[in-house]
Amino acid sequence: MATVSMTVNGKAVSGNVEPRTLLVQFLRENLRLTGTHVGCDTSQCGACVVHVDGKAVKSCTLLALSCDGSDVVTIEGLAHDGKLHPMQEAFREHHGLQCGYCTPGMIMSAIDIVNRKGNALDEHTIREELEGNICRCTGYHNIVKAVEAGAAAMGGKAMPMAAE
Amino acid sequence: MTTPATGVGAPIRRKEDHRFITGKGNYTDDINRPGQTYAVFVRSPHAHAKIRKIDAAAARAMPGVVGILTGADLAADKVGGLICGWMIHNKDGSPMSAGAHPALADGKVRYVGDHVAVVIAESLAEARDAAEKVAVDYEVLPAVVDLASATAKGVGTIHDVAPNNVVFDWHLGDKAATEAAFKKARHITRITLANNRLVPNAMEPRAALGDYDAGEDSFTLYTTSQNPHVARLILSAFIGIAPEHKLRVIAPDVGGGFGSKIYVYAEETVCVWAAKRVGRPVKWVADRTEEFLAVAHGRDHLTHAEMAVDEEGKILAIRVKTRANLGAYLSTFASAVPTYLYAPLLSGQYDIPAIYAEVETVYTNTAPVDAYRGAGRPEATFVVERLVEVAAREMGQDPAKFRLKNFVKKWPHQTPVIMMYDAGDYAGSMRQAQKLADVAGFGKRKRDSARNGKLRGLGYSAYIEACGIAPSSAVGSLGAGVGLWESAEVRVNPTGNVEVLTGSHSHGQGHETTFAQLVAGRLGIPIEQVSIVHGDTDKVQFGMGTYGSRSGAVGMSAIVKALDKVEAKARKVAALCMEAAEGDIDFKDGKFTVKGTDKSMAFGEVALQAYIAHKFTGQQLEPGLKEGAFFDPTNFTFPAGVHICEVEIDPETGVTKIEKWTAVDDFGTVINPMIVEGQVHGGIAQGVGQALHEGTVYDKNGQLLTASFMDYGMPRADDLPSYSLGFNGTAAPSNPLGIKGCGEAGAIAAPPAVINAITDALGHEEIAMPATPQAVWLAVQKMAKSIAAE
Repeated sequence: MATVSMTVNGKAVSGNVEPRTLLVQFLRENLRLTGTHVGCDTSQCGACVVHVDGKAVKSCTLLALSCDGSDVVTIEGLAHDGKLHPMQEAFREHHGLQCGYCTPGMIMSAIDIVNRKGNALDEHTIREELEGNICRCTGYHNIVKAVEAGAAAMGGKAMPMAAE
Repeated sequence: MTTPATGVGAPIRRKEDHRFITGKGNYTDDINRPGQTYAVFVRSPHAHAKIRKIDAAAARAMPGVVGILTGADLAADKVGGLICGWMIHNKDGSPMSAGAHPALADGKVRYVGDHVAVVIAESLAEARDAAEKVAVDYEVLPAVVDLASATAKGVGTIHDVAPNNVVFDWHLGDKAATEAAFKKARHITRITLANNRLVPNAMEPRAALGDYDAGEDSFTLYTTSQNPHVARLILSAFIGIAPEHKLRVIAPDVGGGFGSKIYVYAEETVCVWAAKRVGRPVKWVADRTEEFLAVAHGRDHLTHAEMAVDEEGKILAIRVKTRANLGAYLSTFASAVPTYLYAPLLSGQYDIPAIYAEVETVYTNTAPVDAYRGAGRPEATFVVERLVEVAAREMGQDPAKFRLKNFVKKWPHQTPVIMMYDAGDYAGSMRQAQKLADVAGFGKRKRDSARNGKLRGLGYSAYIEACGIAPSSAVGSLGAGVGLWESAEVRVNPTGNVEVLTGSHSHGQGHETTFAQLVAGRLGIPIEQVSIVHGDTDKVQFGMGTYGSRSGAVGMSAIVKALDKVEAKARKVAALCMEAAEGDIDFKDGKFTVKGTDKSMAFGEVALQAYIAHKFTGQQLEPGLKEGAFFDPTNFTFPAGVHICEVEIDPETGVTKIEKWTAVDDFGTVINPMIVEGQVHGGIAQGVGQALHEGTVYDKNGQLLTASFMDYGMPRADDLPSYSLGFNGTAAPSNPLGIKGCGEAGAIAAPPAVINAITDALGHEEIAMPATPQAVWLAVQKMAKSIAAE
């Protein structure tokens, strides 16, 4: 067993883990932050995406020990004082989720896309950038709309309402 | 048309979303019990083998091991095997050959991934380590993998009850009438096609957590199920885990199902049983490869089909011969899928006087095959819509006009294969879809593509499905082991808020919103005051679960029935409180009023009065406001529609790009258009996946070559287009809401639309699914050769 310490959602945490423990296991099993999901074992589906030191990573492909000293943000760390992050709000507004299982990873990836590509995202860019996140429910149509709207809202623009 | 802001027809944002977008969902793997242990299954690496010996001594000595159990332990505890709940009879009237399906192998394994033993340990890592130390001595037998040759002499027998590997040989329709119609035909179209095997791949892998309370001698199973009550019934009555009142099944948030979580599986059976055996809670969570290996797959048909057409282009008859792969064991509803969910849909949207279908199902050394989104209906639609398309092209007719000529135009319409279509507007949907898809402008777009060296094609799919499954007496007469009604209970609390208990189960469909929307609209209360309770056999008395697009048509109809009773009772309460005759009470917008007076009571006040019961005596009225109902529909529902797919193919690479997708669907009444559109999007994506990306490949030894997301073509965001949708609803007469159901439509409609578009672009009638770039490129080469030869 080894000791690992990191900041998760703004709080200092530490734990004793087997060296083979993955970051996602540490988050889910040690910290009981079960919003981060595991949907595959080949780093393909993206249900486990969290932010480590400001970058989106697949937490199923990272050892917890390799994140020692890192700053980790999970889906549970996005809303503040009861106020949703604009990307969370956009997923709800645009019906960008059905079963909800891929959603935390989608939202974490979407925020990362905005961080890298800016607030004005076109459909083509969003679809290409979501290559590493699989959804089986939505056919991506509404996820694409949600990411576009969420990106704009993160830039301070008013959230466009879903077309009805 | 204006869209209402609340109630039926409003695109209300989902109530359940808050927990999902904040990471507060509660899926089976998120649940942990004190003292919990972890299960890992030892699975067969061989497709077909006898087990000579299982030596677990070394594994037992590994750190953290709590127990290792095998089929012998199941047998010692008299735990029964898994069942298939739909009896199909052979043409000669004899019953199907159902081989035994033990939860842990009984001396033989029949597919790669079959369950040999379970290792239970203090941690998942320790269970995994120990599982690797279980030594199994196999005598490898020849594997039967290829569907076409599965019944050939000498290939080997998978189950002794089926020496030639045939599960049943079944037929439907009038053979003589069909033969006679073919004799009169001016033109006969013949096609041979495969409906490719798919892996459902809900994003949440299956999981189970079994718990045993020794004090109460009762079990709790948390499981990823679409129908927890059916799971409990099977685990109690057939498998014998415990009587129903001693077994609680909880299906909490479930991350997608698409059919694959209907069935009772070996893993959940073992976890709940083992919890008592080891005296600790036992948790199992599938990794993705285990899902690929051991979840029930879908489709996998080989079909030869023929269509007889007269000189005017009217369809006279369809004749179909299908061989369906059921895999190594019969899964819970496996036998129903290629029979009663398939052949009764072979009339499509068309007025066809004669149909005859023969279906032979076989065992192979592959994962069990059962219902996957659409279940039988996509297979039927693929046959019909390919036949129609090819026939039109062969006869030099416009495929849309050929369809319009043959559509059913009057309802009710009795098909020659059981179904009575009760409402629809097939021609209207076709015309609406053509307009939305700008079919008129297709010629110009095709020329533009050609100028860029690309091939453009347009494909139609006019699908129909039988949903809202279904009248219990009807399915009973066809072999179902259960009734297919639904139940609901509406509990009005004294403070006027409402809990609705439903036997339907939501695993992405948004019932917590649509059901609440219905109830709030009906009672005139804010939607926030309604909660929907589902997925727990201790809370909901009984229910048949969610599949076959039945939760709206059947589940919500049960709620309507219960609401009728609640309203009737509330009227009595209001009448007694306001000292008026019951007949003088009106109820509108959440208010009870006395006709011709200014007396009124809000719904909440009536609820309170019903419970405090100060204004009436026990002789006059029972206190309380809670009603239950069971609803059994009078017919299936028949959602139908027209999808139009427009593709552009790059002949240099074989890549097919979907340029435009148009769908006009008749789902009857739509409760929440936002949610319904989402269902259509997802269905189309799965259908496009089948048509272009998803192929399940076993090698000749039965090893699954596509057992991860690295190898299996799951559709990704950049593989798919955005969709253009329209509705053309006609109310279903078989339920009080007029709902037809929307969950499977896209997956049923999409594959033939894609293949019709590709073959239109290529001018070529043979392309197998999935039409990968390689397959399309090869077809382009073949086309070029045939043009050169002319």
